[in-house]
Amino acid sequence: MNRRDFLKIAGVGMVSTIFEPVLPYEIKPSKKRLALLIDITKPFDIKACLDACNKAHNIPEIEDPKHKIKWIWPERFSDVFSEQIDMPKEITIPVLCNHCENPPCVRVCPTKATFKRKDGIVMMDYHRCIGCRFCMAACPYGARSFNWIDPKPFIKGSNPKFPTRTKGVVEKCNFCAERLDKRESPACVEPSNGSLIFGYLSEMKDLISNRYCLRRKPDLGTSPSVYYLI
Amino acid sequence: MIEKIFVGSKKYWFWVFSLMALVGIGLCFYLEQFQYGLGITGMSRDVSWGLYIGQFTFFVGVAASAVMVVLPYYLHNHKAFGRITILGEFLAIASVVVCLLFILVDLGQPARFLNIILYPSPNSVMFWDMIALNGYLFLNLLIGWTNLSAEYKGLSHPAWLKPFIYISIPWAISIHTVTAFIYAGLPGRHFWLTAIMAARFLASAFSSGPALLVLLALIMRRFSKFDPGKEAIFGLSKIITYAMIANVFFLGLELFTCFYSGIPAHCHSFEYLYGGGRLTMIMWLSALLACLSLILLINPKTRNNTGWLTLSCCSVFASLWIEKGFGLVVGGFIPNPLGKITEYWPSLPEVFIALGVWAIGLLILTGLYKIAAEVKSQESNAA
Repeated sequence: MNRRDFLKIAGVGMVSTIFEPVLPYEIKPSKKRLALLIDITKPFDIKACLDACNKAHNIPEIEDPKHKIKWIWPERFSDVFSEQIDMPKEITIPVLCNHCENPPCVRVCPTKATFKRKDGIVMMDYHRCIGCRFCMAACPYGARSFNWIDPKPFIKGSNPKFPTRTKGVVEKCNFCAERLDKRESPACVEPSNGSLIFGYLSEMKDLISNRYCLRRKPDLGTSPSVYYLI
Repeated sequence: MIEKIFVGSKKYWFWVFSLMALVGIGLCFYLEQFQYGLGITGMSRDVSWGLYIGQFTFFVGVAASAVMVVLPYYLHNHKAFGRITILGEFLAIASVVVCLLFILVDLGQPARFLNIILYPSPNSVMFWDMIALNGYLFLNLLIGWTNLSAEYKGLSHPAWLKPFIYISIPWAISIHTVTAFIYAGLPGRHFWLTAIMAARFLASAFSSGPALLVLLALIMRRFSKFDPGKEAIFGLSKIITYAMIANVFFLGLELFTCFYSGIPAHCHSFEYLYGGGRLTMIMWLSALLACLSLILLINPKTRNNTGWLTLSCCSVFASLWIEKGFGLVVGGFIPNPLGKITEYWPSLPEVFIALGVWAIGLLILTGLYKIAAEVKSQESNAA
């Protein structure tokens, strides 16, 4: 290596170390991407799934609908897929953060308090969030909640293994990242009686291609990781 | 020059202390909000931005409108604007401060606001807006103050200032364009997802800002020895007329695309805003005021009459204040992504906090205009 090459490489190296932390959210598609399939044809106890999540994540039970915190909650099928098909019978399905491949919330966050991991999970750093709520405006699914008031007095049966949040930060479903670390499946999946299937997308390809699948608002290009099997 | 804000008539001090009282009341309510959380406002999980962000958006426009006096004066040597250029620049300073304060009071964790600088995120439009707004504040402080000091000493502005003046022109356009991009780049918010958003913002800015400037100039003429000149005021009124026509035209374009295409998601917010929600009354009031102002502005007889011009400037300002400072932001959130309607109306503390922020803006504006008026009248006495 001559001196010129050395300087070139050193220069590029220096520039990349300066810019690396500033680089935008991950653009490359993740190879190992986690996904959740929800089989809405099999009846299951939605409430049990919701309760499991609320308990695991210290989600406050706030009565006022304006201040509610929701990670996973029930909605009417016709509201969730209003632009797609009519179901013969009205059913209720769970909705949650879609952990998009191309998440608008991550794109707009001015502090990188919300970010996408390599496995596709869109996470929140509650200690970095400044509470500007740009992500709530950006999320096309209404999956994000803001702590309008101090949530702690509203938490029933707290789980000491998961942090509580303060007022003034945004929060949402984290695909149970803390449980995945311990090789446990997400809290909502356990009581679902097999209706909720969680795993790597690549390993569930057969399930998806053999059934008719819907994802919420696919035309927006966000590419959700939550699939509804109908 | 700064000493001039400390001497004034009884009326001046009454005005200043009234504003300070409003700031005090706003501060008390802000402390309550700081303690309790943003739940004290009328905002909700579904309508997560309200009066604060609406007002922020509106005042970015007022700030940007300074370019409407700076550009004709410096680029086209339009001498009539010479005396009001400083008013435009000082209005921009006060407006940008108001914008920044509205962002601050809207933050859930205001103590962490420096995280925007500690973790710079070029992918976020908010990051660029911060740069644009602070840069614009700096430019106007530099240009306004240097110009006025030069005038105070009986000199024309120094040559080194020219590049900054030239930069400030596209910079003014950029602050409002970037602010429009906050809204216009969000998938799933169809009311905002429109390529014409930045153009609409600029049109409304270039009508509401100069309208406010005309009103301020008329107040200055009444209460100080400083006369901005009839020609400047009627020159501005033409700018307001064209910009307001463009603004209403752009709104018409939006309505055409939404309702002729008939795509439901594109129509919903318009249907909510104008067709029977909590905001319907004030949205129609805004539309009515816009029509009234256009009639008065397009007709040269009423446009060139100070009384009618005052009325039309008030209508322009009020109409756009409602449309852009309130309806535009709230309307984007209703209905929510699941098609449900959650109403929004600002709470009492929210209104008082907003009043406090305006009062801070008006205090800054009063101080700056006081200095400008004294310096300018001194100059005309000497001549």
